[in-house]
Amino acid sequence: MFSNLTDKLELVFKKIRGHGKLSEKNIKDSLREVRQALLEADVNYKVARDFIKAVEQKAVGTQVLQSIDPGQQIVKIVHDELVTLLGGSTEALAPIDKTPTVYMICGLQGSGKTTLAAKIALLTKRKNKKSLVVAADIYRPAAVKQLKVLADSIQVEHFHLEGKTPQEICHEAIRYAGKNFIDLVILDTAGRLHINDQMMTELEEIKALVKPDELLLVADSMTGQDAVNVAEEFHRRLSITGIALSKLDGDARGGAAISIRKVTGCPIKLASMGEKPGDLEPFHPDRMASRILGMGDIVSLVEKAQETVDLDKAQKMQEKLLSAQFDLEDFLEQMGQLKKLGPLESIVGMIPGISRQLKGIQIDERDMERMAAIIKSMTIEERHHPHIIDGSRKKRIALGSGNSVQAVNQLLKQFSAMQKMFDNIGKKKFKGLPKGLMPFSMIR
Amino acid sequence: MSGTLDKLKLSLSRTKDSILGRITRVVKRRRIDDDLLEEIEQILIEADVGVKATTRLIDRIRETAKERNLSEGADVVTLLKDEIATILIKEDGQLFSDEDIKPVVWIITGVNGVGKTTTIGKLATQFAGEGKKVIIGACDTFRAAAIDQIAIWAERSGVDIIRSQEGADPAAVAFDAASAAKAREADILLLDTAGRLHTKSNLMEELKKVRRVVQKAAPEATIYSKLIIDGNTGQNALAQTSVFMEAIGCDGLIITKLDGTAKGGVVIAVAEELGVQVDFIGLGEGIDDLQRFDSREFAEALFT
Ligand SMILES: Nc1nc2c(ncn2[C@@H]2O[C@H](COP(=O)(O)OP(=O)(O)OP(=O)(O)O)[C@@H](O)[C@H]2O)c(=O)[nH]1
Ligand SMILES: Nc1nc2c(ncn2[C@@H]2O[C@H](COP(=O)(O)OP(=O)(O)OP(=O)(O)O)[C@@H](O)[C@H]2O)c(=O)[nH]1
Ligand SMILES: [Mg+2]
Ligand SMILES: [Mg+2]
Repeated sequence: MFSNLTDKLELVFKKIRGHGKLSEKNIKDSLREVRQALLEADVNYKVARDFIKAVEQKAVGTQVLQSIDPGQQIVKIVHDELVTLLGGSTEALAPIDKTPTVYMICGLQGSGKTTLAAKIALLTKRKNKKSLVVAADIYRPAAVKQLKVLADSIQVEHFHLEGKTPQEICHEAIRYAGKNFIDLVILDTAGRLHINDQMMTELEEIKALVKPDELLLVADSMTGQDAVNVAEEFHRRLSITGIALSKLDGDARGGAAISIRKVTGCPIKLASMGEKPGDLEPFHPDRMASRILGMGDIVSLVEKAQETVDLDKAQKMQEKLLSAQFDLEDFLEQMGQLKKLGPLESIVGMIPGISRQLKGIQIDERDMERMAAIIKSMTIEERHHPHIIDGSRKKRIALGSGNSVQAVNQLLKQFSAMQKMFDNIGKKKFKGLPKGLMPFSMIR
Repeated sequence: MSGTLDKLKLSLSRTKDSILGRITRVVKRRRIDDDLLEEIEQILIEADVGVKATTRLIDRIRETAKERNLSEGADVVTLLKDEIATILIKEDGQLFSDEDIKPVVWIITGVNGVGKTTTIGKLATQFAGEGKKVIIGACDTFRAAAIDQIAIWAERSGVDIIRSQEGADPAAVAFDAASAAKAREADILLLDTAGRLHTKSNLMEELKKVRRVVQKAAPEATIYSKLIIDGNTGQNALAQTSVFMEAIGCDGLIITKLDGTAKGGVVIAVAEELGVQVDFIGLGEGIDDLQRFDSREFAEALFT
């Protein structure tokens, strides 16, 4: 499903190189590929069109015509423009400096508001501040209970008034917070359609009553073209102050981010990366730009590795993974580290386009134990050079590890497929990118 | 019931207004040329039909126009209608088959927050209203208060529910539900599953296990897996459908939240690329806001 922009541009420029000079037409051709990539990533049609126009002017005007490596140059210009459009740098939430500070959360049905309320509460708790989550969704079945269960799981106080309107609940919650020395009040409102006037009026009324310091719109990163209409209308009626993108742990390219940012001008502040209260990260425009362009999120991968595993080892693992030098010995050594990182698919899933390739390989946590046992039954020589493992060696390894020969075969097959895949990623995707874009330059 | 029909008409007319209305305006007194086709391309892409499907549609229109010597802009509408209808119209768009063996099991799946639980509430109501004995299995044991939520829907629709504790093994609930459905001679068992992103293969494995376990508990039963797609979804709907399809099959789609302003072009893209039928569309949060998807009617309504 993914079409890799960098690959495509490489093709375009291969043609150009064959024809000598880079012309305005060449730029147009490559930008057509860029436009297609943006549309496939769900960037709104008009937003994509305007963006391409802007990039074209930049490209034609200056560097590209004289540059030696036009492909890199264009990718860089496009990437930089996208980063700028997405806000340049990471923007923080409103400071928690009053008693209480108020954050209000709104958005379409099912976008991830209630989960986000718990996530922000946990974040606040980790800063040693006291928060109160307020259930102002009186419509969806068990919405109040949902927030209560989440609040209990992170030991944060929960507020709700049975039989009251959302306006009353929110208003009372602020009063309660003031009396009880609560630093942050987080209002979880019901999901609603932007075209439902009555429900939008409800939000306007809550806003007028509580005067939130931060009014967040939660947007599903899988949203299509309509993201502009939704964001525009929420912003028109409520003057939102920030955006949270949810479900970024999937493989949606997330072009809606561009559309929403463009039509509201509001900063995207948060990236929701999973269902658990801990799965929240600040939004990084540069990573999002790479993701939308299909260039992967290696930076996140590396950071995640840094958090959980030894830094030196993580670097080595990265380098080895993406070179052909990754052997069974490394595999065994890193297996323990990998386990600490969480499910392998979610790690590799951060590299776009790979999760599908990985499906043929299927590394399950349970399998890892078995694999480790098999590798441990090999000699060091065999681990470095798996190709020497013949029939009789296989029998010995199988016996030694308490597995069948088929299991040994399967491991070898999987390993070689994996090696090939990582080798491909290492070669293809990151070759020919300008220095600033080369994700690994960040860790070297 | 008539409320639902009105809603559908309204919703369809909005879709019609947005896609067809715009196209009609665009083509008025114009000839088929590149500019015109580009404008139509924009309309389709803005409806989430997707670049590839749109390109294919436009190419076919261009070709057919040439073949048949058509040059009037208005002809484009007819051609588009034919093309989209061909894509959406499935010969055997049936929900059930004569060969089905009871209890018929519907495993309701989809990514997070698309409307699975709500849709089950609506389906249970419809099926129970048709005199069928329905049982719901609360297999989402993961999300906070998911069991309470589906329990409320079961109560609203007046059907039995098989449930367990939060944190329980979803496959165990599925087993109990299938056993109960069999023992109580239910017509239909609707299984609510936890939302899961198709990229998480451990969760997809869990889903496969649910299916296997149902088969074990009720070996004869006919099992269908239905995938719920949020109507607001962009191109990711294609990846969702193909991965879910591969994991546990996909016998039909239900597109929710089409009461918003999203155009539902995703239906066209998914149907064209993956050949899946659409069973229902969701048009709101109420218990009656579910409408059988009739491709002929839908295509007709879009173009008359
Ligand atoms: N994978 C993933 N799932 C998420 C994320 N955020 C929320 N979810 C899931 O998405 C579904 C909907 O989340 P909720 O928090 O209930 O969404 P909501 O906006 O409060 O929904 P309504 O109140 O019904 O409008 C749940 O299954 C959540 O667990 C995320 O970042 N990643
Ligand atoms: N406007 C509208 N909202 C809907 C529709 N269907 C469901 N919803 C709403 O979407 C939100 C999510 O619905 P759920 O049924 O909880 O979705 P789910 O897929 O079960 O969610 P998870 O189990 O958390 O993955 C709720 O607020 C529903 O009321 C629809 O057709 N139209
Ligand atoms: Mg909620
Ligand atoms: Mg649910």
